[in-house]
Amino acid sequence: MTRSDILEKYPKAGDNLISILHDMQNLSEWNYLSKEDLQAAADYLELPFSFVHGVATFYTMFSLEPRGKKVIRVCQSPPCHLTGATEVAAELSRILGIGFGETTPDRLFSMEMTSCLGVCGVAPAIMINDEVYGNLTADRLKEIIAEKRREK
Amino acid sequence: MSIYRAHILLPVDEGTIQAGVAEIKRELEKLLKEENLQDEVKILEAGTSGVIGKGVLVIVYPDKVTYYNVQKHNLKCLISEHIIKGRVAKDLEYSLEGDQTGSIGLGRIGLTREQPRIVLNKCWKINPESIEDALAAGGYKGIERILSEKIAPEDVIHEVKKSGLRGRGGAGFPTALKWSFTRAAEGSEKFMICNADEGEPGTFKDRLIMEGDPHQLVEGMMIAGYAIGAGKGYIYIRGEYQLSIDRIQKAIDQARASRLLGTQILGTDFSFDLEVKKGAGAYVCGEETSLIDSLEGKRGYPRIKPPFPANSGLWRKPTCVNNVETLSNIPEIVYNGGDWFRKFGTEKSTGTKVFTILGHVEFPGLIEVEMGTPLREIIYNYGGGIKDGKSFKAALVGGAAGVFLSEKLLDVPMDFESLKENAAVLGSGAILVMNEDADMVSMLDSVLHFFAHESCGQCAPCRIGTHQLLALMSRIRQGAGEEEDLQRMLDISNTLFDTSLCPLGQSLIMPVKSALDNFKEDFLNKVRHSEN
Repeated sequence: MTRSDILEKYPKAGDNLISILHDMQNLSEWNYLSKEDLQAAADYLELPFSFVHGVATFYTMFSLEPRGKKVIRVCQSPPCHLTGATEVAAELSRILGIGFGETTPDRLFSMEMTSCLGVCGVAPAIMINDEVYGNLTADRLKEIIAEKRREK
Repeated sequence: MSIYRAHILLPVDEGTIQAGVAEIKRELEKLLKEENLQDEVKILEAGTSGVIGKGVLVIVYPDKVTYYNVQKHNLKCLISEHIIKGRVAKDLEYSLEGDQTGSIGLGRIGLTREQPRIVLNKCWKINPESIEDALAAGGYKGIERILSEKIAPEDVIHEVKKSGLRGRGGAGFPTALKWSFTRAAEGSEKFMICNADEGEPGTFKDRLIMEGDPHQLVEGMMIAGYAIGAGKGYIYIRGEYQLSIDRIQKAIDQARASRLLGTQILGTDFSFDLEVKKGAGAYVCGEETSLIDSLEGKRGYPRIKPPFPANSGLWRKPTCVNNVETLSNIPEIVYNGGDWFRKFGTEKSTGTKVFTILGHVEFPGLIEVEMGTPLREIIYNYGGGIKDGKSFKAALVGGAAGVFLSEKLLDVPMDFESLKENAAVLGSGAILVMNEDADMVSMLDSVLHFFAHESCGQCAPCRIGTHQLLALMSRIRQGAGEEEDLQRMLDISNTLFDTSLCPLGQSLIMPVKSALDNFKEDFLNKVRHSEN
């Protein structure tokens, strides 16, 4: 799949912009949208670059900076907060040696804050790329990260 | 078709997937084959059972016994005791201790409990990825009735009006009225939108409705589209809900293949098609005009109203936006009639309501009860009461844009009117329960963090006010606050209520005022302590 394969999947209509940005970001090894991605989308949909840039920066799922292969979203909403999200974030930060908005030197993990993931029944929860992990404890977190490191 | 003497249901949702339901299924299949039972007992993957956070669940039908926290090594016992000998596997007996495996007979919790159910009726009984299952369980009979009996769109709206159905997304606006505005609006091209951008913290009902019975939502959209005169519908699902997106897309593809979507549906002149749109992470897009802008591929900014979407919505065309749960009520209302629906709930809040119950309760999960069911019953009978033998302190009802209720309001009936009388809201139907140890100052701080993060930044009051509140709050938390700060927080929230463009900024007064009113001591302790 290349950038132009993605574009060709969609009719030239502005309402496809967000879907196109999702696909481009998924294609990127580093989970982000490059300037070239935004320009290609703008050219294809005949929209100003500034408009596309504005959309890409509005939504939290998009990043304009390279991120790790695996983006870890840590839920910080009230239900997770009540069940120990602060401790989960601190523990994760300790294991990975990075804080929110940062990427590990081996570019394997990025850590982000997220609002409610809608899996509050298993709070506190995190999401690693598309997978949800809940009922987290310090030990469980260690296991998950070790497992993800092995996957590479 | 063979007849099975027993069914083993495996609810598949985010909770059970991560607990390893796939492996349990493989092992069950293997064991049944070893016992030569594969033609007598059928394993079915179903939607959520409403019981969340209890590992893999195995429900044995027709006995309706739910085993939870099931591990691979328990399965031999489950089969030899329950399936072969026909008795509840005693070794796996219900236990409240830790994460031990347990069983619950006669459906006491979650959706396995016997009760009137409309939206989630089929939810854990059918395979959500099979249109045959949906059809066999009565799916699409509402739209079929409309088209075969040639019921006019106006009469469909009238039936929904008779039912008294009100929007389940939070505001509680009468659904039939919304439909009639869009139907009456000028313009030949109209759009139907389903708001599945569920982002209210503590709410996951729409996700589980979509994952458990996606065809019901597809049918609800068809009926709504027929009623308002739309040929095209969009289901806007938040980007984080990948399983919902996949299942809804599959349901649409199956419906299209069965010619239930497309042109000349069921041999009539009615044509309607559906498209899924994926969000990209913005709470404000749950507001209908922001959602419309986002659907158009723009930044999801709320629009100034009026004009309302009924007259000027998607691409400035007449548009109707309804919530997932609202639309999922529609097929049954149309099939059984508005009077039938009115039998459930209260005079002004008719029908049932889906709630998510979570926090410090024994059984977090999803339930559907009649409108007007007291909060106490929901927490103690359905949620299993407070975990670890602690006592109740507070419930945040309606999500972050909801209210903190104290013990005094435990008996409030959960319906639009009763909650309003008590300065509360039904909101999204989230019930976050907190035990005696919960720190209300810290909880309100978490709510304010959420709003400061999610404020879209378009209008100044909300952009600035949410951060001012957060700054005051952090001062209080650090022990540097003063008593006047509490009044300042109320003043700012009131200003936001008066001046913000959309419900995001307007709703901060709810959690702020309720926390300060109902748990004043917690806050006073914090500021008084700092003065000493």
